[in-house]
Amino acid sequence: MALRGDWVYENNGGTCVAIAGSDYCVVAADTRLSVGYSIHTRDYSKICNLCDLLFPADKCVLASSGFQGDMKALQKNLAAKHLVSVHLLHIYQHQHNKQMSCPAMARLLSNTLYYKRFFPYYTFNILGGLDNEGKGCVYTYDAVGSYERVGYSCQGTGGALIMPVLDNQLKSPSPLLLPARDAVTPLSESEAVDLVKDVFASATERDIYTVRFPIFFFFQFLAFCESDIFPTQQHAYSSRVLNDPNEYDPLIGFRLSYRIMHK
Amino acid sequence: MAGSYGSTLRYKNVERIKSIGKHTLLGASGEVSDFQEILRYLDELIIYDDMWDDGNSLGPKEVHNYLTRVMYNRRNKFDPLFNSLVVGGVKNGQKYLGMVGMIGTHYEDNHVATGFGNHLARPLMRAEWHEDMSFEEAVKLLEKCLLVLLYRDRSAINKFQIAKITEVGVTISEPYALKTFWGFLAFQNPTKGAEGSW
Amino acid sequence: MSSIGTGYDLSVTTFSPDGRVFQIEYAAKAVDNSGTVVGIKCKDGIVLGVEKLIPSKMLLAGSNRRIHSVHKHAGMAVAGLAADGRQIVARAKSEATNYERIYGEPIPVKELADRVASYVHLCTLYWWLRPFGCGVILGGYDRDGPQLYMIEPSGVSYRYFGTAIGKGRQAAKTEIEKLKLSDMTCKQGIIEVAKIIYGIHDEAKDKAFELELSWICEDSNRQHQKVIFKHNKTLLILFVWKEINTLF
Repeated sequence: MALRGDWVYENNGGTCVAIAGSDYCVVAADTRLSVGYSIHTRDYSKICNLCDLLFPADKCVLASSGFQGDMKALQKNLAAKHLVSVHLLHIYQHQHNKQMSCPAMARLLSNTLYYKRFFPYYTFNILGGLDNEGKGCVYTYDAVGSYERVGYSCQGTGGALIMPVLDNQLKSPSPLLLPARDAVTPLSESEAVDLVKDVFASATERDIYTVRFPIFFFFQFLAFCESDIFPTQQHAYSSRVLNDPNEYDPLIGFRLSYRIMHK
Repeated sequence: MAGSYGSTLRYKNVERIKSIGKHTLLGASGEVSDFQEILRYLDELIIYDDMWDDGNSLGPKEVHNYLTRVMYNRRNKFDPLFNSLVVGGVKNGQKYLGMVGMIGTHYEDNHVATGFGNHLARPLMRAEWHEDMSFEEAVKLLEKCLLVLLYRDRSAINKFQIAKITEVGVTISEPYALKTFWGFLAFQNPTKGAEGSW
Repeated sequence: MSSIGTGYDLSVTTFSPDGRVFQIEYAAKAVDNSGTVVGIKCKDGIVLGVEKLIPSKMLLAGSNRRIHSVHKHAGMAVAGLAADGRQIVARAKSEATNYERIYGEPIPVKELADRVASYVHLCTLYWWLRPFGCGVILGGYDRDGPQLYMIEPSGVSYRYFGTAIGKGRQAAKTEIEKLKLSDMTCKQGIIEVAKIIYGIHDEAKDKAFELELSWICEDSNRQHQKVIFKHNKTLLILFVWKEINTLF
């Protein structure tokens, strides 16, 4: 390992943001993939729902930035742990007959990152979704797997620019307060989405690795279902993809994926 | 079509575009021997796939994904293949264009380039690419890019191949040269108007 | 077989007093009970044909294939235990790719036949191995033209103009001998092979079967390729001619 050159890593840039509310969670990531001063592509999604279309893990999504090769390997690794490759059955789902919860996926991600402690995935991750009570939850990580549940977080090349703005704007109770309060923001979901749009617009001004039009994932808790069986068909899901930045409409505008969730 | 040892032009007739199976074209820059190794991997991959004789065949998406895994695995072994690869093709009416880097970075886009092409060709392609380009327009754009690269990349030589892949099949052109003009004022007196530069 | 039951027929590593290895002969028996496999060398290529017996009507048509490609330019038809055959096919595939990896050209058919035969023979030399219960016909096309080999469970391999193994081998060989192979094209040959297999099959006595055909010739670009006909005995000739003419 001592002989390892710096060529094994590359920083492909990118910024991820997630905000938890009392019954929702917003996850957003920009779509630029670059190295140095060159841009590889302006349309690369850094958000992954950790499985295939047949079995979306619809309680959380993973947003990552850093080295794209490792990002993809990490996503595949997690998705494989979620799926038996050939039968398209979830290992976890198979064994427990339910979707993996966001806190469970959070621990799995931590273990997966720490497993490569001495040849790390060069990725900076945020996991966002809803917890077992239907509350918004955000987990934030470093490259080797240390993690914490927080009310909001950002990672990546624009992270240092965005974090203090989130601290300032989200009106979350201080984590220093005793007894501990819920870390979620009191902001409404639309206020949170607007804030995310704003911080991306601002980060873009100063960070060359962040592009202005992020992809959003939005989780909204509606109700607990009576049945234990997951009503996949009932998930409302809509997405709009802007391929051309010129299509951007400042009023409606960003790529927005809504996903409404049942327990 | 050059292959260099540092600044020595060692090979002057290296074919860097190859067809892989029925639906895929592969282009490469970087280490020639590593590229040839990759071609051997792909030959075996295609042979083993063909031997099923079941009417299925690997398309550009599959070949691209295979190459991303090969490149990433080799970097994980600290024994990378020193290439940047471009994979394109058409299968079942689906167009596909992707790229893989030496350490496994990969993406798809409407236009891709390796090496200097990222700096010099992609800005031109970003400006001029459009969805309903004809083949002739595309060739014209590529030749424009290649000409810029020829002028500015001192290890490039004026010998190119252009390949076309459609649902019908693959054609890789014979090597040919572009018409050049070296009489630009900026070429004759490169430091003119740049006071203080050497 | 007067020596059967004398204790010399349980091991491949023990000869009987009259110099035979019974296990190998028993393995050959397994081949003799299987559906007939026919291979012929025509002037422009090789044709392989298999009478694939169908043990159950519920089997998916086209499954349990007995003709396999082992490289671009070579194919193998298996008589006997199909599972053993797949082992030989896998070995042939890896020998063929290995050769090409080293020498950069397709393996000559003779070389491939020799290597596969050595592998089959190897399994007759050790007490902890069982000989293969199958014989294979290997066809290929290289710079020396089309060639046909048959490899038996003992590990011997001979080159043939035309040969057959399996239940109907005697009748099939008699039919092949009547053919004028040296000026027959594969297009004609494949019909002859189909006719032979249909001819030796006793519909009243034998199990139902599926006809598997393949060829390696100029028309297939010197590559091994399966050939599919909708086959029905009464319509066979009609169909074959019609399809041959629409195929090309």
